[in-house]
This record gives sequence, structure tokens and C-alpha cells, in this order.
Amino acid sequence: MDTATQTAPATNPMVRHAAIGTEGLPEKVTIRNLEFFYGESRALKGITLSLYANKTTAFIGPSGCGKSTLLRILNRMYDLYPGQRATGDVMFDGDNLLAPGVDINLLRARIGMVFQKPTPFPMSIYENVAFGIRLYEKLPRAEMDARVEQSLRRAALWDEVKDKLGASGLSLSGGQQQRLCIARTVAVKPEVILFDEPCSALDPISTAKIEELIDEMKKDYTIVIVTHNMQQAARVSDFTAFMYLGELIEFDATANLFTTPKDKRTQAYITGRFG
Amino acid sequence: MSDHILKRFDEDLEKLNATINEMGGLTESQFAKALDAVRERDTALAEQVIATDARVDELDAQVQQQTVQLLALRQPMANDLRVVLSSIKIAAALERIADYAKNTAKRGIVLTGGSPPPSAVAGIDRLGRLVRNALKDVLDAFADDNVEKAHDVWQRDEEIDQVYTGLFRELLTYMMEDPRTITACTHLLFMAKNIERAGDHITNIAELVSFRQTGKTFAEARPKGSGALYTTGAT
Repeated sequence: MDTATQTAPATNPMVRHAAIGTEGLPEKVTIRNLEFFYGESRALKGITLSLYANKTTAFIGPSGCGKSTLLRILNRMYDLYPGQRATGDVMFDGDNLLAPGVDINLLRARIGMVFQKPTPFPMSIYENVAFGIRLYEKLPRAEMDARVEQSLRRAALWDEVKDKLGASGLSLSGGQQQRLCIARTVAVKPEVILFDEPCSALDPISTAKIEELIDEMKKDYTIVIVTHNMQQAARVSDFTAFMYLGELIEFDATANLFTTPKDKRTQAYITGRFG
Repeated sequence: MSDHILKRFDEDLEKLNATINEMGGLTESQFAKALDAVRERDTALAEQVIATDARVDELDAQVQQQTVQLLALRQPMANDLRVVLSSIKIAAALERIADYAKNTAKRGIVLTGGSPPPSAVAGIDRLGRLVRNALKDVLDAFADDNVEKAHDVWQRDEEIDQVYTGLFRELLTYMMEDPRTITACTHLLFMAKNIERAGDHITNIAELVSFRQTGKTFAEARPKGSGALYTTGAT
């Protein structure tokens, strides 16, 4: 095995980036030399990475590698906690979203997030979707109905709930609740959707439905998914970033990373030899 | 490469490698015995080769079964996936080589009833030795994951093809000079072709040894030395 490729400095922006397959792809989000601190401890070290428009990028790596931290930076979730800060650039359509003065609410509408556990609000299915829209727009009833329907359709949930829109969101199954959360996210017309372990609480059939949905959604959105399930990353993503101990170790087209990884640590992780 | 966290995964891979190694050893011995049987005109040895071929087929079936099981239960990735996929192909190549050994042994039995030209029989033996050495070396390369050695074997196919071409011409000459040798020489011709084909499968195995390790086969065009065969039209 080639030993020369396994120890490049983490701050080198060229570190293990995709050799092929990214030329000419528009970058939706460009992360440059990103560092993140929980108080004194540095959780991300010099991350440089591009997220390509209308592509799905997966972040994989063992627990504590920084993949969820990286995801949470992308919509400034860390702002909710004191003592956490990020340095470097995260360019989103040309603007640095880490800059002070960024409208966080607007940012979170443009970069939506779906969490590990389905978190429907304790209200009707209809209201779950309409709630977010009302924060940003004042729509007449007919338009609101249309938007709710369109969002539920995009989340592949419409056919299952169209006759009980008034029922509580909590009455749905886990997989349906997660799709309701996806409908809630797409309702505010985001450009990027972040998925944080979206299937870890779901059964295999619901998981397959979400994966199919993610595959369809990338027509309209740029998608980032954090997953512990490597097969899931392999199934749904176009690009995969492998992270370890706060560093980006390797980034490549998913088909390359899972067949011929360049770094020994990537190979050890995806073949189940880590630790 | 360190071990898998799941130890049974390592055990499964070791078992698969052991099956291929056993198959390789048996194929090597089959091939050597077939050549001995032809050279020594030993019918009993030839019959032993023919009978033992069933065991090679059995091992091939085992490799397939172990491979399917590994894919289904362990979901191998990256180098593990390449190891598993190349295993089926290496087993298939070995199975073919063993078949060629069996065919050579069968024709050897037929030849004991005639009088083949001794120098042509010696030519078969010379070609056979080249291929036998290549087989031994490619199996060593496989066992040691030695890509360099595999590349060396891969390059030697050209020499095998050249010796085969020479033998082919020699046999044509015998048949033209003395039509009574046609039956024996035709058998020798088929033997030579079988042995040369075994060489091609050895080249494939060499490529697969590289693929297992690096994800790539050898970059240059595969050596080909027998092109002249098709222009030897006897007049």
C-alpha cells in the first residue's frame, strides 16, 4: 500500500480531495480552513471542503470525529450554546455565513435541518408544515393549502396523510414523523438540507423510503447527510467525506471512496478494521 | 493490514484464501502430472489426473459459495470487496487451467497408442514447463500478495506465446512431410493450444493479484506474441 498518501498535514487545502468528478460542478457551500472550538478544545482542524449544488454529500467517521459538529456549523446551530466558536470561512453563495450580522433565522430557512429523532410539534399534521411558513410569509388560505400539499408531496407523505391533515403529527409512525419533519423543512423553500442521522431511529422499510426521498430531493436541493451507517452513505451520496479526530482525512466521489480509498485510515474505517 | 473488529470476518476471509490456496496447489500438481504423463507415456498417471479433476471443480464450487456468503453477510468494502470479487475470478481461472491439464492427460492416453515425433513431444514438454513455472510463480505471488512478482509472471506470457507459435509451425511441418503423423500431431497441436490457454489464464490471475492490492490491473497492453499464427498459411 502506498504509505506516502497517508500523512498529509490537515491544513493543506488540497488534502485528499476528489481527483476526478468535481470539475465544472457549481459549489453551493465552500468551507475553507474551518476550525471549531468547544471552549478550549479544538473539535475541527483546518477543514477545507466543497459541497456541490444538487449533489448529496455524506460525512462519515467514528464517533467524535467532528462530522456532526461540521454539520451544525452549516446552519449556525452552535450559536445556541455559549463558549462555542468557529473560525475560517464557510461561503454560501458567495457570503461567509460565519460573519457577524448574518440573519440566523433566514439562514436556517435557507439551510434546513432534519434531526436524528423525528421531532413533530404537538399539533396537527397541517399545522406542523404551515407553522414554519408563517414565520417567514403571510399566505392566503388557498396558497397555504397548496404549499402544505406540495411540501407533503415532496416528502412522499401526501398520499398517506391527505385524509387526516387535522390529526396530530404525533399520531404518525416513526418513519412518517420523519417525513413530516422533512416536509416541514422543505416548506420554507430551503436551498440546502442537512440530515443528521435521519434514519437511525427508523426501521429498514422507513429507512429505504427516506433514502429514496433523499435521492429525489437532490434535484431541487443540495443535500448533506451525516450517518453512522456506511452502507447508507454509499447508497445515497454522490460525494463522501471521511473525518477522523476533527480532521478531514479524505474526500472523494462516493464510488471511489468505497472501492479504492487512498488513505489507510479511510480504508481501515470503511472495511471495519478501526480501533 | 490490521484485523477486523469483527473476528469472524477475518476468519471468513482466511477460509476463502485457504480454499483458493488449496485449489492452486492441486491445480499445480494436476498440471505437472499431466505433463509427466505425456512425457513418460504413463497411462495410469494420466487417468489419475482425469479422476482428480472433480476435486478441483468441488473447490471451485466452495469458493463460489464462500464468496456469496461473504457478500451477503459481511458486506465487504474497498480492499475486502476486491479480495472477495477477485477470488471468484481466480478460482474460475484455476478451474479452467485444471481442465486444460485434464484434456492434456486425455490426449496423452490416446498418444500412447501411436508414434508421435519425439522432438514434438519434447516441444510440448518445454512449453509445459514454462507454463508450469508461471503457474507456480503466480500462486506464490497470490499467497504473498506480491504485485511485482505477479507483474513478472504477466510479462512472461509473451515468451509462452512465442514458444507455442514455434511448436505450431513445427507440427505443421511434420504433418506436411509425413501425413501418417497427422493424427498424433493433431493431438499434440490441441495439447499445445491447451497449455498456451492455461498460460493466458495465469496472466489473468497475475492481473487479479494486482487488482486485489491496488484496485488496478497492469496498465500496459497485455503481451501478445502469437499474432503471426494466422499468417502461416501452408502452401
